[in-house]
Amino acid sequence: MDWDWNFVWQIMPTLIQGVKITILATLLGSVLAAIVGLGIALARRSPNKALSRTVGWAAEFIRGTPLLVQLYFIFYVLPDIGILLPPLVAGVIGLGLHYGTYTAEVYRAGIENVPRGQWEAAKACNLSARQTWTHIIIPQAIPPMIPALANYFIAMFKETPLLSAITVLELMNQAKSVANTYYRYLEPITLVGAFFLAISLCSVVLLRWLERRYGKIER
Amino acid sequence: MTQWSGYFGLIVQGAIVTIELTLMGSVLALIMAFLAGLGRLSRLFLLRALATAYIEFFRGTSIFVQLFFAYFVLPLIGLELTPLQAGVLALGLNVGAYAAEVVRGAVQSIGREQHEACIALNLGRWQGLRHVILPQAFLVMLPTFGNNAIELLKATSVVSLISLADLTFQAQVVRAQTGNTMVPFATILVIYFILALLISWGVRSLERRMARGLDGVRV
Repeated sequence: MDWDWNFVWQIMPTLIQGVKITILATLLGSVLAAIVGLGIALARRSPNKALSRTVGWAAEFIRGTPLLVQLYFIFYVLPDIGILLPPLVAGVIGLGLHYGTYTAEVYRAGIENVPRGQWEAAKACNLSARQTWTHIIIPQAIPPMIPALANYFIAMFKETPLLSAITVLELMNQAKSVANTYYRYLEPITLVGAFFLAISLCSVVLLRWLERRYGKIER
Repeated sequence: MTQWSGYFGLIVQGAIVTIELTLMGSVLALIMAFLAGLGRLSRLFLLRALATAYIEFFRGTSIFVQLFFAYFVLPLIGLELTPLQAGVLALGLNVGAYAAEVVRGAVQSIGREQHEACIALNLGRWQGLRHVILPQAFLVMLPTFGNNAIELLKATSVVSLISLADLTFQAQVVRAQTGNTMVPFATILVIYFILALLISWGVRSLERRMARGLDGVRV
């Protein structure tokens, strides 16, 4: 089977549509993962043992099971108990929850890397717990974790094709549908690979820049 | 009341396929990891370039796309693969690329003095690697290899989309036949989690065994 450039240009607009949804899902998923991860990290540090244990186990469970099955669970099981979600929303929740358990570890490491002296200084300055977190710990903990977080967001981007399994019309699904319409698989699937490679390589460049900019802690 | 015992047989069959895939994929990944990881440390430019291209390509594109490529596009150039072969190939090559970086990092983490000791003992490059560097580096790699194996286990769920009857696929079958979504998906989530726990437990005990002879060597 030969490569057909006319066919490539013909299907390009459809694929671009898919790319847009893929990027949208990645961005929304990243935001959710960043929030969920912070929540998990804070809950696991909580002095309330029951809370920190439960959240720890739940996070462990989510990290040990496949994203695809979790997506099925959210998309097919939740409607049984009356929660009906549009595919994209279900997908974003799945991505956000799954990667939130990974980013939680990044937050944990980041928070633990803030020197003890900072906590003691905050106490000495008579800051409340809330003030300590918002003014002292978080501002110092976040910059060094940015490269690691970005790394997970790139990983998430590469997992978005899974959303096609719950009927989100992202890049992979668009490619599959044009492939099935014209019965040509070579161009669509190769193009999907090329799109992913191109966007990943760009994001690797961005990641390197982030590492240079934030990777080391200014002292 | 649904007859669950028959369906449970289906799930067990799926679990066997998943375990098979994980084992075979891990073996391929391990081979590729050492080939590419050591290739990146080679003195020959060609080997380094090949290994880097392999790693960047397989880490840059999504496992999902690689699997579809192996299953739908490779037959067009005359390479007919069964779903199982395509699955093992894609999973092994993908996870192998991630693990190759682990191999490289671990070998590089071994102190300079070990390399100098090899030269002092008049060991060849290969001898030094085989008898001095790798036994120590392997211990460094093991925990991350365990994580990679769990990633591979989770990635096996994707093969259900190329009609290979693994756990996720069988859960879909049960769902289609019984109309019940909650039970099959909850069951397979728990099975995946148990498999992941087994892997991390196995790797940890292997680590303890391997570390036994090296007491006092590592700081």
